[in-house]
Amino acid sequence: MAPSFDHLPDPEDEDYDEDEELDFSDLRERFEVQLEQGLDAFVVIDGLPSVTEETKPKLIKFLKRKLDPVGRVKEDSIFMPLGPDGTSEKFAFVEFSSAAEALAACKQLDMVPLDKRHTLRVNKLTDIERFGREGRIDENYTPPTIPPFEEKEHLRSWLADPSGRGRDQFVMYKDDRVQIFWNNEKDAPEPIVDRQHWTETFVQWSPQGTYLTSMHAQGVQLWGGPSWTRQKRFAHPFVNLVDFSPGEKYLTTWSHRPIVIPEEGHPMLSVDDDGKNYVIWDIETGKPLRSFANLDLPSNTTDEAGQPVKRKIVWPAFKWSADDKYVARLTQGASISVYELPRMGLLDKTSIKIEGVMDFDWAPAVPHREGVKTYEQLFCYWTPEIGSNPAKVGLMSIPSKEVVRTLNLFSVTDAKLHWQSNADYLCVKVDRHSKSKKSLATSLEIFRVREKGVPVEVVDAIKETVINFAWEPKGDRFVIITTAEVVAPTAVPPKTSVSFYCPEKVKGAGVGNFKHIRTYDKKNSNAIYWSPKGRFVIVATVHSQQSFDMEFFDLDFEGEKPESDKDLTANLQLMNTADHYGVTDIDWDPTGRFVATSASIWKHAMENGYHLYDFKGEQLREEPVEKFKQWLWRPRPPTLLTKEEQKQIRKNLREYSKVFDQEDADRGASADLAVVEHRRRLLDEWLAWRAQIEEEVKQEREARGLPLDPIEDLIKRDDDEEDQVIEEIVEEIVEETEEIIG
Amino acid sequence: MRPILLQGHERALTQIKYNRDGDIIFSTAKDQHICAWFAHNGERLGTYHGHQGALWTVDVDPTSTLIASGAADNTVRLWEIRSGKCLKVWEFNTAVKRVEFNEDGSQLLAVTEKRMGFLGTIEVMDINLDPEAEQSDEKVLTITCEESKATVAGWSYLSKYIIAGHEDGTVSQYDAKTGEQLDNTQIHEPDMPITDLQWSADRTYFITASKDKTAKLINVQDLEVMKTYVADTPLNSASITPKKDFVILGGGQDAMGVTQTDARQGKFEARFYHKVFAEEIGRVRGHFGPLNSVAVDPTGKSYASGGEDGYVRVHQFDKGYFDFTYEVERQAKAQGQM
Repeated sequence: MAPSFDHLPDPEDEDYDEDEELDFSDLRERFEVQLEQGLDAFVVIDGLPSVTEETKPKLIKFLKRKLDPVGRVKEDSIFMPLGPDGTSEKFAFVEFSSAAEALAACKQLDMVPLDKRHTLRVNKLTDIERFGREGRIDENYTPPTIPPFEEKEHLRSWLADPSGRGRDQFVMYKDDRVQIFWNNEKDAPEPIVDRQHWTETFVQWSPQGTYLTSMHAQGVQLWGGPSWTRQKRFAHPFVNLVDFSPGEKYLTTWSHRPIVIPEEGHPMLSVDDDGKNYVIWDIETGKPLRSFANLDLPSNTTDEAGQPVKRKIVWPAFKWSADDKYVARLTQGASISVYELPRMGLLDKTSIKIEGVMDFDWAPAVPHREGVKTYEQLFCYWTPEIGSNPAKVGLMSIPSKEVVRTLNLFSVTDAKLHWQSNADYLCVKVDRHSKSKKSLATSLEIFRVREKGVPVEVVDAIKETVINFAWEPKGDRFVIITTAEVVAPTAVPPKTSVSFYCPEKVKGAGVGNFKHIRTYDKKNSNAIYWSPKGRFVIVATVHSQQSFDMEFFDLDFEGEKPESDKDLTANLQLMNTADHYGVTDIDWDPTGRFVATSASIWKHAMENGYHLYDFKGEQLREEPVEKFKQWLWRPRPPTLLTKEEQKQIRKNLREYSKVFDQEDADRGASADLAVVEHRRRLLDEWLAWRAQIEEEVKQEREARGLPLDPIEDLIKRDDDEEDQVIEEIVEEIVEETEEIIG
Repeated sequence: MRPILLQGHERALTQIKYNRDGDIIFSTAKDQHICAWFAHNGERLGTYHGHQGALWTVDVDPTSTLIASGAADNTVRLWEIRSGKCLKVWEFNTAVKRVEFNEDGSQLLAVTEKRMGFLGTIEVMDINLDPEAEQSDEKVLTITCEESKATVAGWSYLSKYIIAGHEDGTVSQYDAKTGEQLDNTQIHEPDMPITDLQWSADRTYFITASKDKTAKLINVQDLEVMKTYVADTPLNSASITPKKDFVILGGGQDAMGVTQTDARQGKFEARFYHKVFAEEIGRVRGHFGPLNSVAVDPTGKSYASGGEDGYVRVHQFDKGYFDFTYEVERQAKAQGQM
């Protein structure tokens, strides 16, 4: 016991001992055991074969070879105790020269197979002390309790709209509230759920609408089911972005901050994930599959101060094949790494080396190439001109890694890859410079993936620069926006032109050459939004300060077709134009019936809110929303109906329409009735209150002996003097004529 | 509705008042004089000079003999309408933001600003409606607003209560005789000032306008919110129309923020709502600054709005306005309920 003030020895006391005053600190310093420090460099290796005194040196030598890459180990620092029967206890203690080496050994050598029957288990001695100390481990085996089966909520229940009208849901994020509604067309949307602080930065639907994703500093959470309970969570600290695989099987999360695994560990991630930025998760199990660090590429551009310009993050960095089987990442200029799911191992254990590769993209659907029967996924990529080699666009088949088509191109400044949603076509938008490198022109190289040999068609060189391109979903028509010159962002954006293209009619099956339909000049438009079902398209001006116009086009107009278009597979018609001040986002509902346009506070603070249009461009609703941030329609999974069934429905559409029209009319009538009823009630209440209060006031006045009208009396007093009548006579000469008589 | 534009003020309008007969309009602006106008043709009847600071408020007595005005020169002045003579000056410690006569013109209340170490107050003076008579100097009642200063105030029916709207969005009910606070209710959003308070013809209910973008119709007896009118812009003024069951709201983005946006942004419109159904019926455009005050002719023939742009616009209601009724109203009328 340390001497406290109460027990200080008194020199007057009899048993006072002078020795107690001796200073031992020098000795203590020398001999005190430095517990933690010393043992940090030790590891324990389990899983060794049993050896005898004679074979021991051989095993130690063998072990040393295994250990050497991690840290230099002297032969005498491997200690293998022998049991009473002269054979080893199948484990060894190893001393490294530093704690860091010991830690590295645990990381790298644990679970390394020694031979077929033996696998090394490497642990720090201090860990064994800490976790394996007596009493820490229960001697008796207790089987883990398996929680009873609990039925999960139906994650697709929303597809059966309780009102039986097949309405769509959408999520609205405003201020700090996240709200989910049923779309009610003209009427106020019907709220489903409304939660404050549901997310910290934004919300996102999974690609088939099953989950709503919320973002938090601690990670990502998925919500769903009829009661909007938490389905999954993925604890990626400080996550910034999230991306789903198309089939909702996997999830990629990314944070600009490398993951730091704290001393005490992390509930989901392991030490291996330390320093990584990307994590790929299995959604079903909620477990991480693999993590990756950011690829820090030396950037070849520098800013004015000579500092390398920070490359913008490319998102998604990990691109998914259409069937969730592969995920790939580009190492710009060098290679594409394709990983196989669910093992997350590199395909054939190597990255695909493609010199100079700039960009790649998976086919968004399983491709159907003529004459190819085996399973394949395709991706396309392009490489710029390197030395005297031309620029190239290639199509690669996975898993065979066979390049099925390449196209050589010259004078390329940039290329953009646009897949059509069925993977039937691939359009490569090539920006070319002239020899002097002064002017730019764009050409569209269209790969017909379905046809034998993947022929490439070039759409006649466009003089201007194409700033936007969009395929019709599931169709074969496209829209481009061009501008005469691309200049640095200025206050007044350059005028643009919008052009429509479609294949021409051919006899028999097959698709004809792509032909220009029409061009609309002198526009400000910069964005193209196709209906998810095709046919209708909105060309709009977004993120602009001056113009906010939206034009709704129909490519299969049922009216008269101009003579000039008779060979084309489209009849283009401008249906409607609309104007939404400050529009920043345009979103089609998944059925292509409605369009929501919104002005988000993320971009500007003016007139935040949304408009709702039908596909024809008729405005249905308009609602200003304070601090409006986001509007997202809930996506729908692909239909379960077969082609025949869909055809049948289309054939009988008239019958269905009749029923629906009747339902709509009935609902409208009953809604009107409800409104009238409500108004009548309000009016009755009001009149009753007025009658009551008038009576009360009257009584009170009488009780006080005051006249019923307080002012009449006053005025009478004033008007004692006679009224003064002021007469004003106004003479007006209407006409004056002078006649000379005589 | 073709408006008559009254161009007499050089600065932003602060308040507009009709007299009881609806034939004269009084307007105050920050340019230090009061204007009186004929309501039917917009001809200027005269101006009242004397104040040394921006004018905040004006009210006319029920017999159309006197007007009272309050200004930033810390005075309330009483004027004879006919002659333009200043009959009386009451001095206060701070600027006067609101004056109002009670229903028989026997008393006048004044709301003073909280400033320079003085708390906001509501002061009451006795008034003699005879322009020849001497007015008393005495303040018969002083209500001090300890919590949050009053921005607007008025007299209820029978001069029973004084109702005040506060800067923190609450409404208070005071006993008009003793000054005792009887009630204080959070009516509008906390810390959203109440910008206007106007009475129904019989002073049994009133409407408040607030920066929280709503106007509310309130029962004077228990301060119960009977109706809420939701607008999409901060409101500066609200008025109840006689004859028709409408309310008119005026507002617009704050003068400070206006330059940052274009005219369509400012929402400088007078908005008409149905008083009972609380549904928007229509809007009247015209001002190119926020509307600071709206007032309705007590006889129900016209309304006037005054804007930050310095103009008063007088609108005579047309046939369409009087003909507009909801179906349920027509039915109620047919049944003799109304």
